[in-house]
Amino acid sequence: MIIKLLLVAGLAAAAFLLLRGKRTALGLLMRRSLTLGAILLGILGVLFPGLVTRAANAVGVGRGTDLVVYALCVTFLFVTIAQNLRLAELRDRTVELARKQALLEAELHEREHQGSA
Amino acid sequence: MTTTYTKEHCTVLERACVVIPMYDEASVISDVVRAARERFGRVVCVDDGSRDESATLARAAGAEVVRHPVNLGQGASLETGLRRALRDPLTRYVVTFDADGQHSVEDAAAMVAAANDLGVQVVLGSRFLGGIEGASGHRKALLKMAVRFTRATTGLKVTDAHNGLRVFRRDAAEKLRFRLHGMSHASEVLSVIARQQWSYVEHPTTVTYTEYSKAKGQRGYNAFNIVFDLALNRVRAAS
Repeated sequence: MIIKLLLVAGLAAAAFLLLRGKRTALGLLMRRSLTLGAILLGILGVLFPGLVTRAANAVGVGRGTDLVVYALCVTFLFVTIAQNLRLAELRDRTVELARKQALLEAELHEREHQGSA
Repeated sequence: MTTTYTKEHCTVLERACVVIPMYDEASVISDVVRAARERFGRVVCVDDGSRDESATLARAAGAEVVRHPVNLGQGASLETGLRRALRDPLTRYVVTFDADGQHSVEDAAAMVAAANDLGVQVVLGSRFLGGIEGASGHRKALLKMAVRFTRATTGLKVTDAHNGLRVFRRDAAEKLRFRLHGMSHASEVLSVIARQQWSYVEHPTTVTYTEYSKAKGQRGYNAFNIVFDLALNRVRAAS
């Protein structure tokens, strides 16, 4: 069944993103085009509900709803992992910023006390 | 074990800096800092966003205090402390030391002396070469499991994986970066030692588990979080 291949490939890609996730320009392009694609497919699906079922049947899924649920699960995983990577990156920056501030403040405190002593 | 200190040792200790990360340790920090100041030239306390008077007390006891504006985790605190310590070009050794009073200053001094005598870059404290006081059987078993895991993954023949008492020579301390900011840094240090092929020895230390240190310590199940952090970090480093 084609859907099994698609889903396994999707989950494997999610694992790959988790392990080697680097935020690249290519990744940004992919995210943008996927979002655009999802919106267009969504509109098509709303206007012609029969298309979803036909697409589902084509990849070996009984109902259109099931196909939508599968797609939703894989997308959710991708979004979660991407958000995690982003948060980790932000945290690294925060740590570095806070550390610089803390070290500067300590130096300042030291100077003030040398000045008054 | 008693160590006899020569004049050279005293100079070395004078040029060693103790780094103590602390988070809400007001009840114990004064004694810990004062004890460390008796032996060592400098003590740097990194206050990781404490809500109590830890910073003021540490400063009064004779420590240089660096205050994180928000809580950043113990690994991040250690790195901040290392940077502060290395700002003084005379500092030759940096000692990492826990704030809860579970380590002994005498052990730390003996370790710096050993680093100097043996000419190694890193000295790691080991509870299992020394003594372990007041720990439960279940805690000991967990620590032993951590050791086995560390040996298997880093290839280092260490006997203790998560001892906070360590000595780094300046050249090693300068290269030390903590990618993992939380509690996983203890194992991270070991994997850095393995990767950079730093020379190291282990030194017996006595760890005293008081009710206070037990309450402040990590929960046992956090070991699994650490394993997860390390595995992810390893795979990413390889790619």
